[in-house]
Amino acid sequence: MNRTVILLPVWLWLLVFVALPVLIVAALSFSTAVEGVPPFTPLLHDPDLSNYQTLTADTYYLDAGLKSLLVAGVSSVLCLLIGYPMALAIARAPERWRSGLLLLVMLPFWTGFLLRVTAWIGLLRDEGWINLALQAVGLPPLKLLYTTTAMYIGITYAYLPFMILPLYARLSRRDPLLEEAAADLGASPWTAFRTVTLPLSLPGVAAGLALVFIPAVGEYVIPELLGGPGAQTIGRALWNEFFANRDWPMASALANALLLALLIPMVLLRARAR
Amino acid sequence: MRRGWFLTACLLAGYAFLYVPIVLLVATSFNPSRLTTVLTGFSLRWYAALWQDDKLIESAGLSLRIAALSATGATILGTLAGYALARFERFRFRRTFASLISARLVLPDVLVGLSLLLLFVQMEQVLGWPQGRGALTITLAHISVSLSYVAVVVEARLADAGTDLEEAAMDLGASPAKAFLLITLPLLGPALLSGWLLAFTLSLDDLVVATFTSGPGASTLPMVVFSALRLGVTPELNALATLILLVVSVALGGAWLVQQKAAVVRARERA
Repeated sequence: MNRTVILLPVWLWLLVFVALPVLIVAALSFSTAVEGVPPFTPLLHDPDLSNYQTLTADTYYLDAGLKSLLVAGVSSVLCLLIGYPMALAIARAPERWRSGLLLLVMLPFWTGFLLRVTAWIGLLRDEGWINLALQAVGLPPLKLLYTTTAMYIGITYAYLPFMILPLYARLSRRDPLLEEAAADLGASPWTAFRTVTLPLSLPGVAAGLALVFIPAVGEYVIPELLGGPGAQTIGRALWNEFFANRDWPMASALANALLLALLIPMVLLRARAR
Repeated sequence: MRRGWFLTACLLAGYAFLYVPIVLLVATSFNPSRLTTVLTGFSLRWYAALWQDDKLIESAGLSLRIAALSATGATILGTLAGYALARFERFRFRRTFASLISARLVLPDVLVGLSLLLLFVQMEQVLGWPQGRGALTITLAHISVSLSYVAVVVEARLADAGTDLEEAAMDLGASPAKAFLLITLPLLGPALLSGWLLAFTLSLDDLVVATFTSGPGASTLPMVVFSALRLGVTPELNALATLILLVVSVALGGAWLVQQKAAVVRARERA
């Protein structure tokens, strides 16, 4: 009886606000856009596959999808390369420093996503800080803003905490004695890392990669602000389809395609977690 | 630890990567000139301009209200969910339950925003509620997203803490409800607070979901900042960022200090 009191409100909320929306999006993808309120033909009234036909026929969407996968993939790897040493350093730091160090990692996260992205605009602009520094030492300026590189930097910057935290959680659980044992048996620090620390940390690596990659595929804000007109990602395509074209059914079809594509890494992650 | 220097260097480089943009943001906010890369002096004019920007202040107020409400709602629901996941070994459709909760954590904002907007539109058509979209729909959307985060935090804390104390209380005659109120809830204290703060921050920061689920007249702070950004970065926005940074640093620094003190007290009690 106790259980129902606890479970029921959550179940109701989940069914209405999580499960039902997904079904509605699925249903809407089979409608077509019309003028009026709401701007689509009634759900499941006259279903057709026209939206999906456009999706597969028009290479624009495929390009956007591939671009999103590329950007998310590269950014995830960058996050890993930067975040892993940081997480390891914090995990090996003296106990009383760790919460402070983690706090310093999280503090930027708490100061506002949008405004931090704008900081990068100031850095990457043609007359921005980075080019200023380059010119001061006599190097030629680089075109950084509104490029794919800018997106890599922006996404890595924004999602770094999501890589560090699961990695830290995993690394802080490991037994330092294992590495000491490896050292006692004659292993160099690098070998000890490669054969002991790294394999044990793999679940953390997988979790971190997933927590960065999956949301990054659908990123809208960073490509919009840093990527420039050439960077069409799925997130931007969906947004434009919805707000600029007012084609809600098409946006839904795109959303379904994105969801299906993301189910694969999500299912893999859950399988690993078990 | 000879190897320590490499890791320490990486750590410091990482912090530099995280903080250099923020330092530049702050420095530029005190720059009297409009140019954001040439520092010509010290001035508070952008902070003054901020104070007079009614639209920005109004949207900040709205964002704070929505954030507080949605964080509270998310904490209540998330705590129930986290408790169920941690303490109920098996229940019907447990896997679906867990999947629905954890899915939200990774889905891109655009998917969440679109699906919730369509839900609200359909609900309005079929039930007549919610009427139009605005602050209410944004709040509902934020609760849905944040509750997953709170659930994860609560579940982790409960799993870590174990059932020993609650079982001991019940052995001594307390009813399950009493055990929950006197043992579990206080145990959850820090987790509830950090869950609430996390939900609050996510709501305050959110642009995409808010834009999808908002309506005429309800512009949140990120929405106003985003449209301003489209026209170009102004130092006024840098001033805003600096203020937010100040408030958050003080709040978090204070919370951390309190936590450190509590840890020292606990360590002394144990000794």
